[in-house]
Amino acid sequence: MRFTIKNAQDFWCGVFFTAMGVLAIWLARDYPMGSALEMGPGYFPTWLGGIMIAFGLVIGALSLKVARADDEPAPAGPWAYRPWLAICGALVVFALLMDAGFGFVPSLFALIVGCALAHKDVRWGETLVLAVVLTAAAVAIFSYGLELPYRLFWWSH
Amino acid sequence: METLLQNLLLGFSVALTLENLFYCFAGVFLGTLIGVLPGIGSLATMAMLLPLTLVLPPVSALIMLAGIYYGSDYGGSTTAILVNLPGEGSSVVTVLDGHPMAQQGRAGPALAIAAIGSFFAGCVATLLVALVGPPLANIAINFNSPEYFSLMVMALVCASVVGSGSLLKSLAMVVLGLLIGIVGTDVTSGASRFTFGSVALSDGVGIAVAAMGLFGITEIVKNLAGTEMTQTILRGKITGLMPRWSDFKVSFGPIVRGTAIGAVFGPLPGLGGTISSFTSYMVEKKIAKDPSRFGKGAIEGVAGPESANNACAQTTFVPMLTLGIPASASMAIMLGAMMMHGITPGPQVMTSRPELFWGLIASMWIGNAMLLVLNLPLIGLWVRLLKVPYRILFPIIVTFMGIGIYSLNTMGADVMLAALFGAMGYVLYRLGCPFPPLILAMILGPLMEENLRRSLLLTDGDPSVFFTRPISLGFMIATGVLLLLFALPVFRRKRKAVMAGE
Repeated sequence: MRFTIKNAQDFWCGVFFTAMGVLAIWLARDYPMGSALEMGPGYFPTWLGGIMIAFGLVIGALSLKVARADDEPAPAGPWAYRPWLAICGALVVFALLMDAGFGFVPSLFALIVGCALAHKDVRWGETLVLAVVLTAAAVAIFSYGLELPYRLFWWSH
Repeated sequence: METLLQNLLLGFSVALTLENLFYCFAGVFLGTLIGVLPGIGSLATMAMLLPLTLVLPPVSALIMLAGIYYGSDYGGSTTAILVNLPGEGSSVVTVLDGHPMAQQGRAGPALAIAAIGSFFAGCVATLLVALVGPPLANIAINFNSPEYFSLMVMALVCASVVGSGSLLKSLAMVVLGLLIGIVGTDVTSGASRFTFGSVALSDGVGIAVAAMGLFGITEIVKNLAGTEMTQTILRGKITGLMPRWSDFKVSFGPIVRGTAIGAVFGPLPGLGGTISSFTSYMVEKKIAKDPSRFGKGAIEGVAGPESANNACAQTTFVPMLTLGIPASASMAIMLGAMMMHGITPGPQVMTSRPELFWGLIASMWIGNAMLLVLNLPLIGLWVRLLKVPYRILFPIIVTFMGIGIYSLNTMGADVMLAALFGAMGYVLYRLGCPFPPLILAMILGPLMEENLRRSLLLTDGDPSVFFTRPISLGFMIATGVLLLLFALPVFRRKRKAVMAGE
């Protein structure tokens, strides 16, 4: 038997939800189930995981049968890898630098330069000016204005 | 009647303190400021500015957050009229006639009538909230766990049925939201669930973090993915702010009808501003003597939908304040903020914290008046703000989001979690899944589990309890009817037509 996927978006959607349901049940495997009378911590998540798998399978199964309706809106264009990775990545780097105690100023600088990479047309001069000005503004607002107690550099406290 | 006056008086005595007036103003101003920026809807604005409000006392914080909410909504309309760039939701309708008006040099009157209509709608709706709130809370105070559970099921299904996109996907998003709501320490057993051993997750996933990721980060990624936004920013001066007398005359009817439509739709879960605006627009077009004027700068096409949207924005507070059930993602964020301040939402808020309930209501009226006064002189500023290229704008937004999330708990883990939600949000967007059901479910998740547990405890584990108690049965029947309605092809076609905007 050969499968033909009539609606790729829904197919992957079904896969995604099924996987999430499996993940939920697997994570909840050690939580005591209890009974309907006395629900344990595992009761609700396990049931929800099951329902999630059911939804995922139905969505996935329908995608093999039914093509997408013409009027259904769909995101156009290719997957936006660049902004997707750059923005989320820059935030993670910012979090790591702050937690590691590098200080507010270097962390902000990294965040701003990092997320500027998300734009397909990076202008380095402009980005550097923006990073300097924005870091200064953020320090003025948050460190001096709102008095958030973050150390500015790794050598200050 | 007398108690209503007394209550409103109490509300105004709270809202009119210098401090709260300032926070109301700050909320409205900041909300409009961020809301004006293209590509940032009111949800992202609320999520971004939420951390700022957390340092305030609860009443001031909620007043400010409410100000941010309707301020950003109004900011979105401003962008729609001036730039022909509908952000999200309701401003899609405003753009239809608002931008043609701006092109004819009538941006001033368009913005003014939007503000005036919104103000009128805000006044009426605020009064309605004050009238409807207490009796509703009185009924709800007798609700028991089964009623609450059924009510939440109904709210979530309703939000999925009327929202955009496929019903199956919306319902799956509800379940995903409920699962995310489970993350953290189980209140009954004390067990850590889905925390992956992380301390940061032991208190659960913050609504601010999730909303910032899903609505803030995802939105920016989406904007950057598209082709360079072609902005047709208005050139030339905006002259003649005030509408003509004839403008007022034709706008009066649409404003009143729009207010009625919005006020009815507001409390219904998932309906929200977009559908109110569309409905109002279609009504006006239908009853107009010359429907062909619509789309070419008819002032009714701005006045009606804007009033509807604002009336809806006010009455949507009703279920949140009286039942503790949010009717929209924005209200879920409000509810989350309430919980962060240690207030348990529900019908008891009105009696245990009257100053909060009535102060918030009075502040909405004041905030609407502020919008009216604030925005007309500031149009020049908004126009200049809109000329900043997105290349410069988005790093600024991301920076403030990053600092905002980090400052919540001074924890990098929160920022990483928001980034994860942002990354997941883009995946879900590509898969065609709507976000509001997830946010609603996330905040209702722990409450639903608790009420399910208590219900089943009441009846020795017999789930038929939800169908034997009359009020609970009523909610369940309503849920069934909603799902059946969706199965009817006529309704489905109508809903699609509304979504497509025709």
